[in-house]
Amino acid sequence: MSPLLEIRDLSVAFRVRGQDVPAVRNVSLDILPGQTVAVVGESGSGKTTTAAAVNRLLPGNGRITGGRVVFDGRDLATASRREMTAIRGARIGLVPQDPMSNLNPLMRIGDQIAEALDVHGVAAGRAARSRAVELLELMGLPDAARRARQYPHEFSGGMRQRALIAMGLACRPQLLIADEPTSALDVTVQRRILDQLGRLTAEMGTAILLITHDLALAAERADVVAVMYRGEIVETGPAGGILAEPAHEYTRRLLRAVPSLSSVRVPEPPGPAEDLAVVEDLTKVFPLRGGGTEIAAVAGVSFGIPRGRTVSIVGESGSGKSTTANLLLGLEEATSGSIRFDGTELAGLGRRELFAFRRRVQPVFQNPYASLDPRYPVGKSIAEPLRVHRVGGPAERAKAVAELLEKVALPASMAERLPHELSGGQRQRVAIARALALSPELVVLDEAVSALDVLVQAQILELLAELQRELGLSYLFISHDLAVVRMISHAVHVMREGRIVESGTAEEIFDRPAHDYTRELLAAIPGNR
Amino acid sequence: MRGFVRNRVVRRVASTVGTLFGVAVLVFVMLRAIPGDQITAGLGTEAAGLTPAQLQALERYYGLDQPLVTQFFTWLGNLFTGNLGYSARNQQSVLELTLHSLPVTVELAVLSIVLALLIGVPLGTLAASRAGSPRDAAGQIVSLAGLSIPSFLLATTLLSVLSASFGFNPNGRAFATPAEDPLLNLQQMILPALVLGFGIAAPILRTTRAAVLEVRSEDFVRTARAKGVPERRLQVRHVLGNALVPIVTMTGLQFGYLLGGAVVVEQIFSVPGIGRQVLLGIQQKEYAVVQSTVLVIALAFVLVNLLTDALYRIVDPRVRAS
Repeated sequence: MSPLLEIRDLSVAFRVRGQDVPAVRNVSLDILPGQTVAVVGESGSGKTTTAAAVNRLLPGNGRITGGRVVFDGRDLATASRREMTAIRGARIGLVPQDPMSNLNPLMRIGDQIAEALDVHGVAAGRAARSRAVELLELMGLPDAARRARQYPHEFSGGMRQRALIAMGLACRPQLLIADEPTSALDVTVQRRILDQLGRLTAEMGTAILLITHDLALAAERADVVAVMYRGEIVETGPAGGILAEPAHEYTRRLLRAVPSLSSVRVPEPPGPAEDLAVVEDLTKVFPLRGGGTEIAAVAGVSFGIPRGRTVSIVGESGSGKSTTANLLLGLEEATSGSIRFDGTELAGLGRRELFAFRRRVQPVFQNPYASLDPRYPVGKSIAEPLRVHRVGGPAERAKAVAELLEKVALPASMAERLPHELSGGQRQRVAIARALALSPELVVLDEAVSALDVLVQAQILELLAELQRELGLSYLFISHDLAVVRMISHAVHVMREGRIVESGTAEEIFDRPAHDYTRELLAAIPGNR
Repeated sequence: MRGFVRNRVVRRVASTVGTLFGVAVLVFVMLRAIPGDQITAGLGTEAAGLTPAQLQALERYYGLDQPLVTQFFTWLGNLFTGNLGYSARNQQSVLELTLHSLPVTVELAVLSIVLALLIGVPLGTLAASRAGSPRDAAGQIVSLAGLSIPSFLLATTLLSVLSASFGFNPNGRAFATPAEDPLLNLQQMILPALVLGFGIAAPILRTTRAAVLEVRSEDFVRTARAKGVPERRLQVRHVLGNALVPIVTMTGLQFGYLLGGAVVVEQIFSVPGIGRQVLLGIQQKEYAVVQSTVLVIALAFVLVNLLTDALYRIVDPRVRAS
């Protein structure tokens, strides 16, 4: 069988400050009709750029500097704009990464799908709209006829991604480029959507170029896996083979870093520990917009955080885990219930007492891009809590910054740099250093490693465990990623719809899950069937 | 009760009434702060020759002998009965004056905005289509000119060049309403509308350029391209559609200012609009004329804002939802 897509020696460069910076170097890859090929790599490895070169949707400063992209006998690298417009959508579909930003907010969902049919003359008007409804039904969207008349903001992330897949597959393309199609979604939703995508493409005979950072997911869904590293494909082979016998050093490193359910756990410090924080029957009710109804984001949650231990809350988006974190940080006020920190009730604290409390509890958030001021040098960001709480003079603060940077394994020279000059992992280290500035007793980590590549994630988790041993820190670890939770936690609580449905030690939860929901979560993890 | 206060419409009406009351107080006080009154303004230097008895009689006639608070609330109370006051100079009620001048100003404002949009949106889109290119620079020059050339200069230049070289001077003839002579009316309106529109095109051009540039880099535009949407349709349906919100905001804002009367331009082109009515009122110290007209302008401004908000709801389904 001759390949549907034949990428030969493809090179892509980006023009940065008048110079060509190569992003993809001599990449060769074949996709047979109906085959699923996964390209795996961390961010910056060039995997998305490779995909963008196929349908020629590179960013403005990027261009193909060499090689061929032969699709069904035609070299797309030299195709005209008009030719590309005819091919895009009709013969090569795309499912983009972020469901939140990839739909036109002003157009009805159905119309956006129908547009794909319309521009390629497949169907128009009413016929196109009814086909759009059919496609949404095929993607498992309930009540599709009504939903098709809604706008993107009325859809959840999972629903939007279904709509985007329906859009990508509308014209029954021969090839579908799926760029991290589910990485923004909860694991259980991810599983269902990938199942539907697999079924639909099998029916249509569509080949898939799957771009992902998730090695387990790639192995589970693809026939062939290609591993990319620094713009080059370092290893290609059948999915099973790569996992079982990785040939390249980088693939081996990647495999080792992937937190899996069988990963080695942090050793438990000996002896029982007293509770630093105790949460009892905590409830937080939000009023719903437009109407007198209310929703309980957190409904009667109780747990304790022992000194020097890590307590995790896992759950999907909307489960109330982040609200719980915010309540504990004193960022939001509980509707009812109690939070006692070191014996002191949080509710009813005055402004000054709350200020003092905040010193002892520090947060690290998910997005290290958003939580650092882009105009502050790193050192200033780290010293800010010290300045706010009037700790020490300028000289002492500078010394503290140097020590903190050392603690998170960054060179002291980093203090002068601006956040945009740092990598994601370095930025998260800075955020951790800032959280440690006031020598807190409890650190609340809200999805603190979720945005990081696996290799970096592994380093940060190691750093957190080390800091805990060294400084006797307690962690409240909020995550949707069960494998990561297993690696770091002493106690785990599974949250769903504002309630804790199951609690236990990491072993209990992962080896002997009692609740159906916990079992569903565990089953949804790629590579854990 | 709590639900009543929370109701958006109720809050909106309350804030509108508050704003208008504030305007009423402010314009009342400011007018009184200007030296002189209707008597001295009407009689000029001869006012010095009035006997105290004559002066007193005139003051009583104009109601100037009453305490300020009484004057204020009498005027305000009369407004509710539809009595906006009387202009002695025109021998007409302010209501009648306004019924003639307001439509003229609205017509001028609408024409100016249409011209401004016709200049600003296409040029802004064009400038954004290739940022940093000669066409972008051309757009920037047009908008810089629009912002920096004063309207009186452009107006007088246009007027003198056209009338001297081409004999085109429709504004030299008596003003015609669209009902009387639509062609002459349009001829008389086109020059002032062009002058005003050129000035307003500048901010609209800049807003369009910035909004289009921003929307163009959004993910959904690339996704639309990936489904094979041709470039022209992409620019109009996906890019410009999403850029409309800031453009609508800017347009509404400018329209509101135009309704306030473009005093200078109306004066130069002898257009009997509402701005001219205020100007003459101030010159004559006809308190009632100025106070009532300013209030009408403020009301029009508020209504335009409401209209802009309603437009958002049409343009953006997310606003409809909230």
